[in-house]
Amino acid sequence: MASNKKYWQSVEELKEGSVVETLRGKEFVQELPTDEFLGDKETLENSSTSRRDFLKYVGFTTAAASLAACEGPVRESIPYVVQPDDIIVGVADWYATTIADGFDFANVLVKTREGRPIQIMPNKEANGVTNARVQASVLSLYDEKLRVKEPRKGTTQVSWNDANQEIIAQLESLKASNGLVYLMTGTLASPSTEKIIADFTAKYPNVKHVIYDAVSESATADAFEAMYGKRALPNYDLSKAKVIASFGADFLGDWQGGYEKSYVEGRQVDSGKMSYHVQIESNMSLAGANADKRIVAKPSTQLHALVNLYNAITGGNLPSQATPIDGEIKQLAADLKKAGSKGVVLAGINDKNAQLIALAINKALASTVIDTKNVSLTRQGSDAKVAKLVADVTSGAAKGLVTYNVNPAFSIAGFGDAVKKLGFSVAISTQDDATANATQFTLPAPHSLESWGDVMAVEGKYSLIQPTIAPLFNTRQVQDILLQWSGATTNYYDSLKEFWSTNVLGGASWNKALHDGFFMAAVPAVSEESTSEVSEEATGAGFSLSAAASAIAKLAPSQYELNLYTSVALGDGKLANNPWLQEFPDPITRASWDNYLTISPADAKELGFKNPIKDNGAIDGNYAKVTVDGTSVTVPVIIQPGQATGSFGLALGYGRTQNLKEEMQVGVNAYPLYKNANNVQLGVTIEKAGGTHKFACIQVQNTLAGRHDILREASLKDVNDTSLNPKHTWNKPFMVSYDHQETEGSARKVDLWDEHDRTLGHHFNLSIDLSSCTGCGACVVACHAENNVPVVGKDEVRVGRDMHWLRIDRYYSSTVQNDMSIDEFKAEFKAKLVEKYKNAGAASEEEAKQKAEKEFHKFADQEIERRYATEVLGLSKGDLFDALENPADNPQVTFQPMMCQHCNHAPCETVCPVAATSHGRQGQNQMAYNRCVGTRYCANNCPYRVRRFNWFNYAENKEFDFNMNNEYGKMVLNPDVTVRSRGVMEKCSMCIQMTQATILKAKREGRAVKKDEFQTACSQACSTGAMVFGDVNSEDTVSKLKEDRRAFYVLDYIGTKPNVVYQVKVRNTNEA
Amino acid sequence: MQKLYFYSMKSVNYHSKLSRILLNSLTSLVVFLVSFSVNAQDVDVERQKAGRKLFNANCASCHKLNKKSTGPALAGVEERRSNEWLKAWIKNNAALRASGDADAIAIYEEYNQANMTAFPQLSEKQVDDILYYTTVGDPVTSGGGSKGPDAPVLESGAPKWVIWILGAAIVVAFLIIFNLLKTVSELKGAPKTPGLLGQSAELWAGIKKNTFLHVLFVIFGALITAYFLFGNLSKVGVDQGYQPVQPILFSHKIHAGDNKIECQYCHSAAKHSKHSGIPSLNICMNCHKNIAEVAEGTKVVLEDGGRVVGKAELDKEIAKIYEHVGWDAKELKYTGETKPIEWVRIHNLPDFAYFNHSQHVTVAGVKCQKCHGPVEEMEELYQYAPLTMGWCINCHKETNVDLKGNEYYAKIHKELAEKYGVEKVTIAQLGGKECGKCHY
Repeated sequence: MASNKKYWQSVEELKEGSVVETLRGKEFVQELPTDEFLGDKETLENSSTSRRDFLKYVGFTTAAASLAACEGPVRESIPYVVQPDDIIVGVADWYATTIADGFDFANVLVKTREGRPIQIMPNKEANGVTNARVQASVLSLYDEKLRVKEPRKGTTQVSWNDANQEIIAQLESLKASNGLVYLMTGTLASPSTEKIIADFTAKYPNVKHVIYDAVSESATADAFEAMYGKRALPNYDLSKAKVIASFGADFLGDWQGGYEKSYVEGRQVDSGKMSYHVQIESNMSLAGANADKRIVAKPSTQLHALVNLYNAITGGNLPSQATPIDGEIKQLAADLKKAGSKGVVLAGINDKNAQLIALAINKALASTVIDTKNVSLTRQGSDAKVAKLVADVTSGAAKGLVTYNVNPAFSIAGFGDAVKKLGFSVAISTQDDATANATQFTLPAPHSLESWGDVMAVEGKYSLIQPTIAPLFNTRQVQDILLQWSGATTNYYDSLKEFWSTNVLGGASWNKALHDGFFMAAVPAVSEESTSEVSEEATGAGFSLSAAASAIAKLAPSQYELNLYTSVALGDGKLANNPWLQEFPDPITRASWDNYLTISPADAKELGFKNPIKDNGAIDGNYAKVTVDGTSVTVPVIIQPGQATGSFGLALGYGRTQNLKEEMQVGVNAYPLYKNANNVQLGVTIEKAGGTHKFACIQVQNTLAGRHDILREASLKDVNDTSLNPKHTWNKPFMVSYDHQETEGSARKVDLWDEHDRTLGHHFNLSIDLSSCTGCGACVVACHAENNVPVVGKDEVRVGRDMHWLRIDRYYSSTVQNDMSIDEFKAEFKAKLVEKYKNAGAASEEEAKQKAEKEFHKFADQEIERRYATEVLGLSKGDLFDALENPADNPQVTFQPMMCQHCNHAPCETVCPVAATSHGRQGQNQMAYNRCVGTRYCANNCPYRVRRFNWFNYAENKEFDFNMNNEYGKMVLNPDVTVRSRGVMEKCSMCIQMTQATILKAKREGRAVKKDEFQTACSQACSTGAMVFGDVNSEDTVSKLKEDRRAFYVLDYIGTKPNVVYQVKVRNTNEA
Repeated sequence: MQKLYFYSMKSVNYHSKLSRILLNSLTSLVVFLVSFSVNAQDVDVERQKAGRKLFNANCASCHKLNKKSTGPALAGVEERRSNEWLKAWIKNNAALRASGDADAIAIYEEYNQANMTAFPQLSEKQVDDILYYTTVGDPVTSGGGSKGPDAPVLESGAPKWVIWILGAAIVVAFLIIFNLLKTVSELKGAPKTPGLLGQSAELWAGIKKNTFLHVLFVIFGALITAYFLFGNLSKVGVDQGYQPVQPILFSHKIHAGDNKIECQYCHSAAKHSKHSGIPSLNICMNCHKNIAEVAEGTKVVLEDGGRVVGKAELDKEIAKIYEHVGWDAKELKYTGETKPIEWVRIHNLPDFAYFNHSQHVTVAGVKCQKCHGPVEEMEELYQYAPLTMGWCINCHKETNVDLKGNEYYAKIHKELAEKYGVEKVTIAQLGGKECGKCHY
């Protein structure tokens, strides 16, 4: 490992004498307060309870408890009256369907048990990708707190018939008086629904349909329409890209739905070709964290740089401003030009001018990465139309409003009050949110998993939504409601089938499409578009690049700029009442249960913001009052390395309160600052506000005790250089001195444990490619769902008692400049040894030198390097903090999914006094909960810090009022996995219930297990293929990966022999 | 099953639309008359037997003699239709209908256009035998049955109380003799021996002084206490023999024993799933749509106090199914009003133990009875096995896995054979004793 690259997890670590260093030594940050009681002799003597009393009580309670346990409870078994043909009790059924909530669009497979959906996985045949939210959306189905259960008028429950009759009467009278009624929906992207809406608006010409995206991409659609004549978003196939330049577009996060799958396809190290990804951004985003080169720039700088890039590529002369990153942009222009049609520019600022420039650059490059034919339809909202709607509703020009699954009363300031004044308002809604409480009528709509429907997220690719459970509440689909209002007699299911057979299927089988969950329609041949040069002047289509550029050039950078973003956990805020997502730690800040202002270390210093770490590992923060154009919000502050100085980041979607559980009412609503639906706000003022905020952030907890030799990185150049032996260069194993020989640490001959024979039967390994892992966290939520991992709540996370079996460690790294080189250090080290022998009374200087030389050779090179790293480059050294301060402004980021490593020689097993954790022949480290007595020795002895202790009963406990504490939420539990009780240790089981089920399936069918048939929840959820699971004693892919030149084990030099193998992270440093 | 149909003719027309009360009161009379008339004619027993066999094999799933079922009741059908017509209908009713026969079409319409299977394979004689059987009905078993196996066997010995009294008299006699002898010897001038009480007092004094005996007693007492304590504590939570009262008196003996219904006909999930599955009510209705009553003389002896449940009560139990599944037994159709049966679960494994039926039933081919005991003899089901971990592990230790014949084991068998030169391995040797195989 490069000795001058240092990894660290929080800014605090870089400081001298930091509390982090103390925390590192502890598995459990809080000591049990035994000393408080036992250590105080006086208290002990004064206590009225004597030792004998204590023993009496213990004896009595034990006896009473055992007597009470003699009689088991009577349990009932209730079979079906008529069992559906496709259900076998105890066997899971999978259905292909689609999740489309207006923000996330995904082809998924839904696992159901006895008719209850319990898990969502990507439909890989349909190229489906699931992020953390899609994975977690199954829990929102069972959200009895937030869902609308019955139709109601005001607060009175009404019947569907009464509600419909009254609404139709109102619609008719408004039609007669030609009163304007708005139908406000999110992006539906549903061809059949669009037809139903068209029929509805044909019947009621006074109704206007407006699409509203809470987080808008309107500018991109407008720009695309101006240039290509169709209002849509361009699609990108990043697998074709050689150079990707992204200006603030978090395309691995939520930008236009995310492109992580094709991005990683274009970055397969073993193919020898990797795209070169440059990210120019202000916030540290997922895309920025994965970039090969990250250029920190304020939003205004990004805009100017975009124009400069255009000029540099086309040689044009559009008006612009000079920026501090001009040099880097020139280099980028050269790279893009070299890549030619394999280059692509993405822009993430919701500004039409910027989007026009970005499209123009792609056109100038004749980029084949951008797809302007099979466009993306996932964001169809138009800011102008929404603004008109808001104005009409506020002014009273609109007489009525019907909303469907949008929450403008929350996301548009003042809208709720305006709605209340309307004479006619209906909310058709799944959630009983602010809007549903502002309207006259509230009509319950089913969840996606209870609905029929279709989606066309990408032109030509039709997907079907099918119900996987009967509706839990008295709900009706919006399509059925609109059909009824239009006076149609058909139901939506028939109408959908009819629509598909006439418009989509073209004779193909409906049943097959339903089974597959999608249908690829033959894309009508589009005439080749002209490849003519884009003129800088008006191009007839009604736009002008020079006008766009001059508008950008007029923007003056302001002292502080705000970049609003959506967090990986909550997105636009639809799923704010989902405990899995609230507890999901942000991939970058590692904070959960909050949104916050991210601020650069330099600004923090200047403005006096701090993130002190308490001695229990919890992080505190100051509040800041942020003002944009007269609107202020007060938010807590987190110092974010890599944030552009002079810019802040703030996540939308938090701060909802209406009908949310109290624990879930966290964060601050940032939508009031989302002026003109622009994610970039200039001219921001900030001041420090009083008070201390308590974060639930796990970045300094569960660290690997300062053993920073756990990540390996290499450059693509080195990896492609066949003359290099990885074992000696970029994938150097840790060497130790054994018998005066330099030996691989993992190959040590002295071992505490006996070898097992691991060649017989299955032996499971999990390979994690650090190059392909984008840190998206879908696996974390999948693990929650599969393994019944409990949610513990903000206070518990704060003190490091989170229960995530799988966490994704985020490491920052910086290259350290130091005066002393390794050679100098070696010389000094030798000199010290000589000195030592002299002092020890060596006869002569010569003898001392000889002895020193002899001893020096006992140290392996690695050992010297390690000492160099800790003694000279050592992190907690005050003199190095300054050296690191600069790199800290823009550190590199590496993600490392960390779970139980299933060590073949597991330290945890050795120390368990009751043998509750033991090793399986198939490589899994097994945990028998019913045997565990809760000594927690195993957790203390685990070098990877992956064991989790049940401090409380998290199920059926009103103190932890999350999904395991109510009848609906419990329906999501996986019946094949035990719900753990208080006082036992738990950890990743390598999904033993899944491997066992796979084996059993094969046995039952009398066949061998198929290639790559074994899966874990995380490997199944991983869309990029970073996690590969399988049997190394078979033909499975993982057996090759285990032997790969990039393979390494974390901390294997301590002799643990893990069954989780990592692949070295490779960055394309863009060297020849 | 077939036996049940066949005897049910005696409870005449329970489902007919005629007044039930009237019929009930007339039942015995009718039975008498029918049997009388049958007896009066000279029944050709051979033909009757042959016809009954054919009827049961081919017709009984839809027809009964005296009760409407899927098809009409067939008793006396020869009086209603001509022989030629019946033959034409039985051999190919669709053709008969197609020919425009009005009667045929009327019947078809009356029974909800349910298609009757065509029986072209039946010979003229066979059809005649069937028809003969529908006319003469079942052979009448004579009541009483003094020669039956149920007749009480007279015990040869004296009753037990006599023995007790005689025994007591002998003891008393001996005591009298002993006392007499004692008095005689005392009268003869022998020294007075200490009484029985005096002797035991001496003995007790001796015991009190003997330390060795003390120690022995303490050790013995401790061992006994430990033995019983351990024995009892290890039974905590072990419900072997658990036999709760079920909402419906369902007899496995009648179903799996007497009628030999395959276990997995009802518990069909056992071969696919971790659960064996309690049959849903539509499975019950596969048979009970046609079986509304148990056979005459059927009885269930309850474990609890040996109460005997007879036909009248058992028929009510069948009626409970109809109530739950929403079956109108008179109109022969579903009402749609259902309410699931809440059975009391007998085999309760703790949540932290994973057990899979299909592994044992399908893969290993273990007989149900191995763990569930002689279910086919149980009137009321009880938990046969202790279901403790030790019980599981013992079986896993002792049972050899049949590695052959299952492609899954092919590789591991080859490897094992190469490595250890073994042909047979136990489940435990294959890893079936690992904690994580059942606890996750």
